[in-house]
Amino acid sequence: MIPFDFEYYKPDSITEAIQTFQDIESQGKKVIYYSGGTEFITFSRINKLSADAVIDLKGIPECQVLESLGDLLVIGSAVSLNKIAKSNLFPLLGQAVKQVADHTSRNKITIGGNLHSRLIYREGVLPLLLADAQVKIAGKEGEQVLAFEDVFQQEMKLGPGQFLIQILVEKSYASYQYISIKKTKTSKVGYPVVSLAAIAKDSQIRAAFSGVCAYPFRSAQMEAALNDSSLSIEKRIEQALSRLPAPIVNDIQASREYREFVLINALEDALDALKGAIS
Amino acid sequence: MQDRTGTAVGKPIQRIDAVEKAAGTVRYIDDYTLPGLAHAKLVKSSYAHAKINSIDSTEAWKVPGVRAIITGKMFPYHIGPILADRPPLAIEKVRYYGEPVAIVVADHEHQAKRAAALVKVDYEPLQVVNSVRDAFQTGAPLVHENSGQYMKIISNVYPVQGTNIGSHIKIRKGDFIKTWEACTTKVKETYSFNLSDHVALETRSTRVEIKSSGKVIIHTTTQSPFTIKKVMNQFFNIELGNIIVHTTIVGGAFGGKGTVQLEPLAYLASKAIGGKMVKLNYEREEDLITAPCHIGVEATISLGTNKDGKIIAGQYTFLIDSGAYTDQAAGITRAMALDCTGPYNVPNVWCDSYCMYTNHPYATSFRGYAHPELTFAVERTMDQLAKKLSIDPIELRKMNTIQPGDTSPTQSVITANNIGDTLKCLERARELIQWDEGQRLEISNNKIRAKGISTFWKTSTTATNAQSGAILKFEADGSVNLNCAAIELGQGTKTILAQIIAERLKLEMNKIHITMEVNSSYDPHQWRTVASSTTFLAGRAVLAACDDAISQLKRTASIALKCSKEDLEVGGGRVYLKPNPDYGVQIKDIALGYQYPNGHAVEGQVVGHGKYIQRHLTPMDKETGFGKPGPWWSVGTQAIEVEWDTRDYTYKILKAVTVLDGGTIINPATATQQMRGGMYLGLSFASSEAFLFDEGGIVQNPQLRTYQIIRFGEQPVEYLVDFIESPAADGPYGARGIGEYGVIGMAGALANSLSAAAQVELNHLPLIPELIWKTKKEHLK
Amino acid sequence: MIKNGSSKSVVKLHVNGDSHEVTIRSADTLLLTLREQLGLNGAKRACENGDCGACTILINGEPMHSCLSLAIESINQPITTIEGLKASNIQETFVEKWAIQCGYCTPGFILNCHALAETEPNATDEVIEEWMQSNLCRCTGYQEIKEAVKTVLQAKTNKI
Repeated sequence: MIPFDFEYYKPDSITEAIQTFQDIESQGKKVIYYSGGTEFITFSRINKLSADAVIDLKGIPECQVLESLGDLLVIGSAVSLNKIAKSNLFPLLGQAVKQVADHTSRNKITIGGNLHSRLIYREGVLPLLLADAQVKIAGKEGEQVLAFEDVFQQEMKLGPGQFLIQILVEKSYASYQYISIKKTKTSKVGYPVVSLAAIAKDSQIRAAFSGVCAYPFRSAQMEAALNDSSLSIEKRIEQALSRLPAPIVNDIQASREYREFVLINALEDALDALKGAIS
Repeated sequence: MQDRTGTAVGKPIQRIDAVEKAAGTVRYIDDYTLPGLAHAKLVKSSYAHAKINSIDSTEAWKVPGVRAIITGKMFPYHIGPILADRPPLAIEKVRYYGEPVAIVVADHEHQAKRAAALVKVDYEPLQVVNSVRDAFQTGAPLVHENSGQYMKIISNVYPVQGTNIGSHIKIRKGDFIKTWEACTTKVKETYSFNLSDHVALETRSTRVEIKSSGKVIIHTTTQSPFTIKKVMNQFFNIELGNIIVHTTIVGGAFGGKGTVQLEPLAYLASKAIGGKMVKLNYEREEDLITAPCHIGVEATISLGTNKDGKIIAGQYTFLIDSGAYTDQAAGITRAMALDCTGPYNVPNVWCDSYCMYTNHPYATSFRGYAHPELTFAVERTMDQLAKKLSIDPIELRKMNTIQPGDTSPTQSVITANNIGDTLKCLERARELIQWDEGQRLEISNNKIRAKGISTFWKTSTTATNAQSGAILKFEADGSVNLNCAAIELGQGTKTILAQIIAERLKLEMNKIHITMEVNSSYDPHQWRTVASSTTFLAGRAVLAACDDAISQLKRTASIALKCSKEDLEVGGGRVYLKPNPDYGVQIKDIALGYQYPNGHAVEGQVVGHGKYIQRHLTPMDKETGFGKPGPWWSVGTQAIEVEWDTRDYTYKILKAVTVLDGGTIINPATATQQMRGGMYLGLSFASSEAFLFDEGGIVQNPQLRTYQIIRFGEQPVEYLVDFIESPAADGPYGARGIGEYGVIGMAGALANSLSAAAQVELNHLPLIPELIWKTKKEHLK
Repeated sequence: MIKNGSSKSVVKLHVNGDSHEVTIRSADTLLLTLREQLGLNGAKRACENGDCGACTILINGEPMHSCLSLAIESINQPITTIEGLKASNIQETFVEKWAIQCGYCTPGFILNCHALAETEPNATDEVIEEWMQSNLCRCTGYQEIKEAVKTVLQAKTNKI
């Protein structure tokens, strides 16, 4: 039961959404964009979030696109995680988002919602970091296409009133060998202790992580260590661990020490899975 | 024991509640609403231990629709089932995170919820008692300053003023101190786990209204409608006759709905708005931590043997984390003591079982009532003892099994009639788990398969006057309807009672109707639906009601057939002459009395009634524990096979075995359902469940997303269930209780299998891979 | 554009083949609306957090946690609840396989199973597990539910 009242808008177009946002905001109200809505509903129920109005983006056709267009894969922000997985358009992304929540929830959770999650995991981020993805953003100045890594810095950094329309990925990224690993405390359905996505491109491994630090990340320094063929696998992992961008998380899913142990295993698994494709 | 004709008892007859449940049309308590229903929401403590300086509800009152805001001042008294130590709403201080502090009543649920969030409570944090070990220290901060002054509701509860001891139960059997000196082999180990929860899928929910006549009508999710009456009478001064408790089919309980928490709150809420009906429905977070949960334990067990491996002395120290209030934990403290040895003959026993107050959510009964918990500790000790003695774990258990002629820890004499056959259970479980192929097998580079075994017993620790009643009404079509306050909470009790009726009356199952709901105003008194006691108590009451009805049927038929009652027999929907079965009368023609051809009528409706009450049970002696706590012991053996990964420490449960001697099994299919369900509950508890507290005693995982239970696919690959049926002389058709038993040995068996696999002693729960990793790491240091 | 203010309004929901008017707040979940407005209580309120599956219903044939949808989001979409699956063979199979104890999780499991049978009747064990992990049961230990689901899928593929 959500304790507070709010207004609900479901615009049919991008311009209508932007206009609605401005109109409501100018009335001094707190307005937020709404996609799958699962986090809005659950956080509002426990008084951890509130808004005077929500703008549901699911009615905007551009946000519902899921297709291959020339050299690009185009994924609308309001497409559900299950649709992405089932389409097999970008298999690594499909695998990564299949590890979010449970199957039924994934009919509701959208990729846009996952990228904007208030939790530290946001596993949809990992493949996008690996694939040098771009994102199409709507704002009052119009639409712009930006590099995902510029927009995502520990979290999505969109300006006020802006929202994510689409994710654009070069098609070639769908064909690289990949692996996606999620390790949990006990049950498969649960927050990750470690989540890892990796691809082999140009005989090099690219790896991105979630659950390890307080935000999802890809690290050039860690990749350099993992790709250092002068070192044994063990040493590469040891080096990579010494270059983590932030402290390893210590929480109720796992202690810092155990998480490190799980991360080492996951890295071994990833290097092993991609061993034919990397040097 | 009753003779069986084999028409219904022992048959896998389909549950009579299943079709409606599959259709989704069963209405549970929360499924009812009505116009004008008011809603209550709780303001809950955000500290585990704090003084309440003041409560400011100014802002809350501004929310539209708010009709009342109630604080502890409205009812500044203590209630409780064993020791009255808990104010329904906190007064002066809060003792756990999530404790009810105030109630907001409003027209709509969202209004009440919004207003509840606006009630400002000014707290002054107090030092938190965050573990039983801390609670036990001399000089520990006190959770209750005046526990010695609380009213005792039943005997066998001994709070110690000026400490955090809510109760202390002692067993002194034989001469432990002297014998211990003489033991040739000794083990002493400590075990522990945190509080956890029942997680019934249906959260607790209550509606209460107070009629102008003074009648208080309570609709609620409960295992104990008559206990609610008792509490409302005892503490709120309402005449028993004016209290009506109604419950529907219950959506799972596991002991968690056996105690009384929501009903007094909803009563206070209704009272505050002039008696209008008020609904109080717990959200999952409240159901997990505000409502009573499952105990935590720290147990230390010492076992000593003679040179042959016979256990001759045992010392058992239990520190039970009962949380902020004793509730049923005080009874669990007693139950843990009285069966402390497990099903082993230990001639010299020294047991101290302490119910400890801490600043954790408070605990109540949980399926197995002390036994899954004590069995984990006992069975881990047995395995460690077997290792020390270099004896096969099953052999050690067989050598020490308690037998007729031995005595229990409370010096009750064990007889062939009051206990099942433990040795048979052990042998059958050994076969099913294929023990003899090896306890630990390396099956590949990093996979180990290992087995663990656990034997258990449990007596039904009911009140010494626990009882049940049954009313059997016949309809004009010859069908019967049973009214009995045994509650259907998923265990299939109504089906079992129908089978007993079918067997006794030799009637088709489709002629037997059972009132699924329970209403204290027309159902006879029933102690509670807990303690695996319902088949036994209600089954005996139902048999008595059948016998009463048979006698009435024969009397009416003897008039119709112009013969003596003694000549008659009942069966197949008829009453007939024994020597000439073709000569008789249909039950439908006499169910509402017999009518002569001239219109005169005699006898009237056949209404059988029956009752049963426990016999010769006694409380325990304060100093020695001497007493007779229960009518019988069901015994069993369980086993687990795991596949453990040496590289990442994860594991899969391959096989789970239960062999139970529950006496005659009335319905093998529902009994198997019960066993599997119990095994799963026990495994979920043992493998992944526990509340996690921060330094301030705040629960870190009050949602099912972070408080994880086993999901589909994570259950054992194979469940193997078998029954040994040594009939119980007193039970209906020889049945004993079985409801809780599937749970009892699971934690012990799982821990034993994983300890064997990882070759370390795993003495703490839950057995998450991180725990095994950590234990192994410390072991290798 | 669909708009709904912060006070109550009347909207239409399409449930089990019929159109129904309901009075809702924007903040009302579909679960609450089905239960309190339409008396369709087969969807159970058990966690309101998307963790347990007891409130599962079908929207456009896809299983959804009705606690994770707003009623206002669900207008113009076909909704199926357990009450809309009268005497389906899935329900019979759950009864026959002893897959029901307290019954509280049952409607959610049956609807999820129904959607699986309709969309992926040839589902592997892995897929069955992926789908069914969305629903919690506390009574059965899942063995009987697993047998029931597999029997339902088998019957479906045999028919095709």
